[in-house]
Amino acid sequence: MSPKRLFGAAALLLAVSMPPAQAETITVTIDKLVFSPATVSARVGDTIEWVNKDALAHTATVKGGWDVMLPPKKSGSVVLKQAGALDYYCRFHPNMKGRIIVAAK
Amino acid sequence: MLIRPLAATAALCLFAAPATFAQAAEKPTDPQIAHIAYTAGEIDIEAAKLALKKTQNKDVRDFADDMVRDHEAVNKQALDLVKKLKVKPEDNATSKSLVASAKEERAKLAKLKGAAFDKAYIDNEVAYHKQVNGALETVLIPSASNAELKSLLETGLKVFQGHEQHAEHVAAALK
Repeated sequence: MSPKRLFGAAALLLAVSMPPAQAETITVTIDKLVFSPATVSARVGDTIEWVNKDALAHTATVKGGWDVMLPPKKSGSVVLKQAGALDYYCRFHPNMKGRIIVAAK
Repeated sequence: MLIRPLAATAALCLFAAPATFAQAAEKPTDPQIAHIAYTAGEIDIEAAKLALKKTQNKDVRDFADDMVRDHEAVNKQALDLVKKLKVKPEDNATSKSLVASAKEERAKLAKLKGAAFDKAYIDNEVAYHKQVNGALETVLIPSASNAELKSLLETGLKVFQGHEQHAEHVAAALK
């Protein structure tokens, strides 16, 4: 196989294995101790970004999973690695709750 | 152990029963409400600072750190707001009795050590936040006439409800 054809085949393979849609960033706002929207739908590979508008520090924490620190007036993010429904909360204010429904690619 | 239920009962009368409140004075005014809310925050900061000096437990230390950070942030917002509204917080009977019972509680906590201190501090935090939340819900928020003050108290209530749950988690972990 000529180098050129080999490259063509590789490009084709790459194109086929690429996900149909590009990974997205989904924003969740925190205002007055509320995650909004409280529930978001996403796909594996997407990024969730939390924008903390409060003067208080918060976290987005999954029990036994990730723990994102969200300092006052700052944001933080996480890349979704696997499909499933994730319930998260704020460690400092456990009355703050959110949910991410992650679909496969 | 006798002092504790007594103090708790006194505080409960003060807070949980709006009737007592109404008898003591009519509805608290905005300057009084601002003073009560600020004082309640200061009391919790002082308790947390005592805990930071005494505790060896990581969960308790983290919790106390959170209390200092959150209550300082909320109180800063409160100060900014009263300045903006040109309201001068006004000392009152409720603030005074809050300070008095907090002083008693701190004296009691200061005598304890180790696990006994941790348990007493966290149990008191659960009870204290419950009382303050009750007062916010039944007296302070409904009595506030300025919309911005009311809104800050409502946010404060959510913060303190969060603390109450957080304290309950820590209390459960200590057992």
